[in-house]
Amino acid sequence: MSVLRVVRWGRTSLRYRPRALAVGAACALLALALGVLAVGSGEYPLAPADVLRTLAGQGHPADAFIVRDVRLPRVITALAVGAALALAGALFQSLTRNPLGSPDILGFTAGAATGALVVIVLVGGSSLALAGGAVAGGLLTGVLIYALAWRHGLHGYRLVLTGIGVLAILTGVNGYLLTRAQITEAGRAVLWLTGSLDGRGWDSAGPLLVALAALLPPVVASARALHLLELGDDAAAALGVPVERLRLALLAAAVLLASFAAAAAGPVAFVALTAPQLARRMTRAPGPNLLPSACLGAALLVGADLLAQRAFPGHLLPVGVVTGLVGGGYLVWLLATERRAGRI
Amino acid sequence: MSRTPAAEHPHGKRNDMGRTAPPSRLRGEGLTLAYDQRTIAEDLTVAIPDDSFTVIVGPNACGKSTLLRALARMLRPRAGRVLLDGAELHSRPARQVARTLGLLPQSSTAPDGITVADLVARGRYPHQGLLRQWSRLDERAVRASMEATGVAALADRYVDELSGGQRQRVWIAMAIAQQTPLLLLDEPTTYLDIQHQIDVLDLCAQLHEEQGRTLVAVLHDLNHAARYATHLIALRDGRVVAQGPPGEIVTADLVHEVFGLRCQVIPDPETGTPLVVPAARRRAAV
Repeated sequence: MSVLRVVRWGRTSLRYRPRALAVGAACALLALALGVLAVGSGEYPLAPADVLRTLAGQGHPADAFIVRDVRLPRVITALAVGAALALAGALFQSLTRNPLGSPDILGFTAGAATGALVVIVLVGGSSLALAGGAVAGGLLTGVLIYALAWRHGLHGYRLVLTGIGVLAILTGVNGYLLTRAQITEAGRAVLWLTGSLDGRGWDSAGPLLVALAALLPPVVASARALHLLELGDDAAAALGVPVERLRLALLAAAVLLASFAAAAAGPVAFVALTAPQLARRMTRAPGPNLLPSACLGAALLVGADLLAQRAFPGHLLPVGVVTGLVGGGYLVWLLATERRAGRI
Repeated sequence: MSRTPAAEHPHGKRNDMGRTAPPSRLRGEGLTLAYDQRTIAEDLTVAIPDDSFTVIVGPNACGKSTLLRALARMLRPRAGRVLLDGAELHSRPARQVARTLGLLPQSSTAPDGITVADLVARGRYPHQGLLRQWSRLDERAVRASMEATGVAALADRYVDELSGGQRQRVWIAMAIAQQTPLLLLDEPTTYLDIQHQIDVLDLCAQLHEEQGRTLVAVLHDLNHAARYATHLIALRDGRVVAQGPPGEIVTADLVHEVFGLRCQVIPDPETGTPLVVPAARRRAAV
């Protein structure tokens, strides 16, 4: 059980769970620490202290170039992708009242992939066009799934089943697009599909950071209403939550977050599914656990990228391989233990 | 009769026409209620007398839950309007309505790992804000409602560990913590054992008498309705067949008209209210 505490100043009062706060802070610190390590690692290694000094603007000019222009964008992209995916996953899981409701399983990420593949294979555009294609693909898939699943309101079950159906279709479409590709395009497409942070510069981090900055505050502000949605539509409406409007807005936010994350790093697997589940187990708090999930997602992705670069010296793995292996393993473990505990 | 500031909302249209005795803050006028193509009720007019414990009864599919949902702002009427303090209910913001009108829905889900105190506290949402998350008033309201419903001792227990009867008390506690002068309950006794049914109804009667709330409940059991209600509304096929105090309107003829059941109506030996005793071994149909 997690304790609730309250702080009050005059008419202002805030309620928080000390444990959730501690978990969130610990994950944020872990993410930053892993980020510093990641900036320092590579062919030209830097000690964490040097990294920090350089980031503060007091380092060697040569270090400054490597840190700020080469490695920092990649690490920032990793942090932002992890946070955005985890936040999207936490929103989807809460809205569908289903632990499997994550953008990878509901087809949104596949939609983003379709958009990106169309750009790579049929149009042949720059990386900016590719990112635009991914965002457009994710959003169109979101609209499609919403239109198909909506019937007097949106119900978690219908959304999940519709999403799985759309995922199957999109997987077919993506396969077809790959067979149409020239060999060089196919290579680029497969690398993108795996999810990779190689060569990410400020141009790929930028749009995602803007999306996060724009979406994070309203999403976090709506967390209290989201808690009530978990009681059921009628109970939430009776407490004054505008159920359909809130759900549509939060779904749109989740689709945008997942799409921008996919645009920056490709459809990185399983972070959206696992981070909210792990965060919830650590905070032991009911509800979506939005901020702890986001911090944990950032830590997971930057950690996975560090592992992907360092695990096999000489072979750089795409980060999606690591998150897929770790995330898939975690999912199997989760299903096994949940079954034993008699829940799901 | 506007007693809350909510009634002064600019969208609210004052209605002084239907103000006949008894006074009624919540009323439906000329309601057509429908889901998709299926029309449940047409031109239905009801008024909930202030300070009453009103119970809506009727056979299955007579529209009683549908009517309650319309009165609770959950279902928008196809035609007609629901008025709360003279203002049209569906044109007012949900959150503002939720400070005057509460609803205990038929089914709600308690999220995994939520404690009783945490769930009851969620009833305070319409009174809270982003920077007013837990005032002393919230704290007092939650404590008082847990005490009134006898779940204070369960405060730190997980809701999913409780029995059905206890759980229903917790949901009622949440609705009470909302501190609305009007509270609607959609079949609050369904799925409960008989002792828990009586338990919940006693609790409702107590809330009505001691806290002066206006209660509106949909009940399946006519005898429960006749015993606990101060005002009974009998529906059949989306029409009000009779309404009034149970002692005045519950007769064998009415029960036959509404439920198609032959019966005797005798005084309840415990309370003196009407008690419906179905006829033995006879066809219900005429």
